[in-house]
Amino acid sequence: MSNPPLLEVRDLKTHFPVRGGVWLRSVATCKAVDGVSFELRSGETLGLVGESGCGKSTLGKSIVRLLTPTAGQIRFEGADLAPLGRRQMKPIRRHLQMIFQDPAESLNARHTVGQTLEEPFIIHGLGSAADRRASVAGLLEKVGLPRDAAHRYPFEFSGGQRQRIGIARALALQPRLIICDEPVSALDVSIQSQVLNLLLDLQREFHLSYLFITHNLAVVKHISDRIAVMYLGRIVELAEAEELYLQPRHPYTRTLIAAIPEPEPQARRLRIAATGDLPSPINPPPGCHFHPRCPFATELCQRESPGLRETAAAGGPSHLVACHYDLIPAAQPSAHGAPRAAAAS
Amino acid sequence: MNDPLLRVRNLVVGFGSGGSIARAVDGVSFEVRRGQTLGIVGESGCGKSVTAFSIMRLLPQPQGQILGGEILFEGRDLIQASEAELHQVRGGRIGMVFQEPLSALNPVQTIGAQLAEVLRLHKPLTKAAALAAAIPLLGKVGIPSPEIRVREYPHQLSGGMRQRVVIAMALACDPSLLIADEPTTALDVTIQAQILELMQSLQRELGMAIVLITHDLGVIAQVCDEVVVMYAGQIAERGPVEAIFRRPAHPYTRGLLASIPRLTTPRKSRLPTIEGSVPGLQEMPPGCRYENRCPFARPECRAARPPLETVAADHAVSCIRWRELPPDQPAVRAAV
Repeated sequence: MSNPPLLEVRDLKTHFPVRGGVWLRSVATCKAVDGVSFELRSGETLGLVGESGCGKSTLGKSIVRLLTPTAGQIRFEGADLAPLGRRQMKPIRRHLQMIFQDPAESLNARHTVGQTLEEPFIIHGLGSAADRRASVAGLLEKVGLPRDAAHRYPFEFSGGQRQRIGIARALALQPRLIICDEPVSALDVSIQSQVLNLLLDLQREFHLSYLFITHNLAVVKHISDRIAVMYLGRIVELAEAEELYLQPRHPYTRTLIAAIPEPEPQARRLRIAATGDLPSPINPPPGCHFHPRCPFATELCQRESPGLRETAAAGGPSHLVACHYDLIPAAQPSAHGAPRAAAAS
Repeated sequence: MNDPLLRVRNLVVGFGSGGSIARAVDGVSFEVRRGQTLGIVGESGCGKSVTAFSIMRLLPQPQGQILGGEILFEGRDLIQASEAELHQVRGGRIGMVFQEPLSALNPVQTIGAQLAEVLRLHKPLTKAAALAAAIPLLGKVGIPSPEIRVREYPHQLSGGMRQRVVIAMALACDPSLLIADEPTTALDVTIQAQILELMQSLQRELGMAIVLITHDLGVIAQVCDEVVVMYAGQIAERGPVEAIFRRPAHPYTRGLLASIPRLTTPRKSRLPTIEGSVPGLQEMPPGCRYENRCPFARPECRAARPPLETVAADHAVSCIRWRELPPDQPAVRAAV
């Protein structure tokens, strides 16, 4: 590891009080992000995948400091962002941008596209009015929108085009890292591939780094270099993208992969690898959060929470997994159809 | 028994009033056989949900109107059916499942009461007997401890459990057809797998046919026997699922299949795309509606609406050039 990572998250926790009763006292804590650590290298895409409620969006928002973390460090280019206030964050925000799922909601409907794209330059006091207009025109071209888009309003555009506007806004100040929170989930398939291509092209051109948050396992595999799998506020597995799909080591990762409906009628293999629902992060199960749904769970899993540990051979690329056991690598996800007898003990 | 259970012929559905009626569904025909699963797939605005709502005669009134065609279900034309007949069909012979289970359930009634209501609408049961009958129904859709759950309210259940309740309601009166409109779109992928598996096992057990409406070609590939691919209110292609995925004849189907990232797609490669976007309902061209996005378009594609041509048994395509297209696109289904 020659270069220091662009982003280094250490033991990050973002907890929310759950208020109840007459006086709205805090009655419980929702541990949306509960001790997450990872690194993101310059020019890399780290995929962050998980089901709803696993804390992936909270993690993304905590990193750009739209949310204040409860504990832990967010080292971005060496400086810890976690304790910074609004004003201290402002100069850093230029380098750290975010793209949201629903471009219709994240764009100001009363601003023309030109005004929206000009705003970052105004906020950061960059360039003259003429410079800004030139920059806006350049941005529109970069994301494949016509020049006259600057004079139009968001409602005049389709969903895919609006997402392009969102991407242009994130690109405006030449950031180093963009947090993409489900950027293609609201788009139709034919539009989704256009936006994914655009993100890939822009990454190559500007040497961007992405933290790509999604629930879509095929999309995340396509766009990521490495992938982190989250479950109930914690990372359960983190590995190179290919490796994660070829040799998933965590039972939850295997479950997710087995559940992907592949567009291949020849390979009908939808399998229910995990029974039951996602537990709530307000009152997660003790020990390994996944144990109530895990076909391999033992008494140890109910008692002790497994930390992330390295499973790769020395010198090989890192493959972290948070499971007490070494599942047989050869075990295909089909092995999960096995009865849940082991979980009973 | 060779008669199809449902036969939709030349369905035309319009929205709007007076001079400006937009045809959201324009001349759609397909059949559903007993015990089979038909998938209707397409992107937003292609008319797939409008087709489903038309079958159940649940179009928003007064804007949505069926302008023509036939919907033959178990021997009668639902378009001509009276409101009383429709009451018997909906929830009786045809069960319905929608995308968002929370909006399909009444928040202030227990799920037992809601199930009992469906049962009593269609069967001569007392309140107590209907409530008792609700418990095994919940058990059948895989809800643990149904005798407790039956007294709970929708908000006490998770999304997957709510969708199970909606399925239980749809199946309460042993329908011969289940219409499911994006039943798993709002659910997580592991829960989606559970619900699809549940629908399939109930189908095997009860022998009902399913019309599954979805935008997800993966879901279609996993559970359907036949597929209708819709584009801009019309059928682009329809046929057996194997044929459509192996040898897609319509350029739109090919484009769709090529543009989905798969686990086998080379990582970080550029995906094939379908350029441009669907024409608006008011500005539909007289010829092929896909012409403006089609890489194989010729001037003659603009002249007239392409008829559905037979590719093979049960496989039809609405493209005048399907015979001349290159056999298959490379890189699409290369590695498996």
